[in-house]
Amino acid sequence: MLETFLQFLFSGITAGAIYALVALGFTLIYNASHVINFAQGEFVMIGGMATVFLADAGWPIWAAAPLAVLLAVAVGVALERLAIAPAREASTVSLIVITIGASILLRGLAQLVWDRNFHTLAPFSGEEPIRVLGASILPQSLWVLGGSLLAVLALGWFFGRTLLGKAVIATAHNRLAAELMGIETRHVMTLCFALSALLGALGGVLITPITLTSYDAGVMLGLKGFSAAILGGMGSATGAVVGGLLLGVVEAMGAGFLSSAYKDAIAFVLILVVLVAVPRGLMGARGAERV
Amino acid sequence: MTAALLEVAGLGAQYGRVVALHDATLAVAAGELVALVGGNGAGKTTLLRTISGVRPASAGSIRFEGRDITRLAPARRVGLGIVQVPEGRQVFAPLSVEDNLRLGAYARGRERSAEGLARAYRMFPALRQKRDLPAGSLSGGQQQMLAIARGLMAEPRLLLLDEPSMGLAPLLIAEIFAAIADLKRAGATILLVEQNATQALKIADRAYVLETGRVVLEGSGATLAQNERVKAAYLGM
Repeated sequence: MLETFLQFLFSGITAGAIYALVALGFTLIYNASHVINFAQGEFVMIGGMATVFLADAGWPIWAAAPLAVLLAVAVGVALERLAIAPAREASTVSLIVITIGASILLRGLAQLVWDRNFHTLAPFSGEEPIRVLGASILPQSLWVLGGSLLAVLALGWFFGRTLLGKAVIATAHNRLAAELMGIETRHVMTLCFALSALLGALGGVLITPITLTSYDAGVMLGLKGFSAAILGGMGSATGAVVGGLLLGVVEAMGAGFLSSAYKDAIAFVLILVVLVAVPRGLMGARGAERV
Repeated sequence: MTAALLEVAGLGAQYGRVVALHDATLAVAAGELVALVGGNGAGKTTLLRTISGVRPASAGSIRFEGRDITRLAPARRVGLGIVQVPEGRQVFAPLSVEDNLRLGAYARGRERSAEGLARAYRMFPALRQKRDLPAGSLSGGQQQMLAIARGLMAEPRLLLLDEPSMGLAPLLIAEIFAAIADLKRAGATILLVEQNATQALKIADRAYVLETGRVVLEGSGATLAQNERVKAAYLGM
């Protein structure tokens, strides 16, 4: 019983770490612009797919993965510069619709440039499971957890310790005052899209050896990340991480102990329950850190 | 006036179709404290925001040291030394007092920032005690001091102060005006927007009266304080 529980817990935390990365991406852009970027999942897909195709072309993983992340960052920057920035004066809802359009476009491009098949990637350090208290952990899970933890710590350092990070917080909090301090708020927005793309793509690279990827893998991951962000309280970075992990674990437990057919449904039921009980999300209350 | 630091000529600005500023012309010489008085909706804040570049000008020109900056990006204007302390303080509430100050020096670089911090804490000792607290936790008066100190961190050559006394208790208003007078004595060039016309005219070298987006009167602070129309409209006499 304990082994089974641990087994589900490990796989839940692994999935949850990816949801957390995607949720952080949502949070970053939301705080900087109040836009919910529905192309967030596509960053994950680009990270995974680009790594797969570069690896197939003979690139070693240590070169393919960063290049794939870089590609996603370039796409994120292009999305902001070409689609969001020109529509700056439009309403938030219009901007959100633009991101939905962008996600459809990116999926289409991925089908065209790559293909419509499922792909996998060789695990970074073997497939020999590690035994822990009777349960087994894939080495790739440790990559996912380590990579996500590193990303979260780096993000915390950036916003907590650097002037540029604080300029981003300042812009999110009060754009006018930030402009009056000489902060180039246009660039701040671009930076937020770049960072979100980086987080998403990193998640895509790390999770692909476990879950497979395809041109439309971003749809479900985007929705889960969005759910995690809502669950934790939209706008809260801590909430995004907590929401992501919680969602992953609940989902894995539900799939394991109830039925795997309900895996996705459980995520969305959980959101409904939390939103009814705590409409602003778990960490959405006043006092939560805004990044 | 020959050596004007700031020259605004025929400046217009609008929000959609609503004209907020109409043919505004004024000048500020180096070392001068110029007050801009007028009622609610007279266009004072719009004028300052257009000078800072966060609102586009729809007509006219703004020159700084003789250079046309009408179309220059806001950040570049801060780089030139045009620094605004916005209406309603607008400190970055979630960030600490010290981070707010550092962001004030965003356009100036790290070394100058350290010097500026020491200067800011000398000027407003209360801020030093609260340096690690979130700016949002300060009282209204302290937030106004922080807003001014944050503006000074950018080493302004022209300081634009928008309603620094707004919403403050009389004792604090006196303190803020004393700080502004100190800045002037230290040689700062200031364009001060105020609804509190009595105080503003008292410390100003010159002043302009703005009504429905137009400059309707100008003169020395003392002269305007004696003007019947100004007295009736803005001094409550």
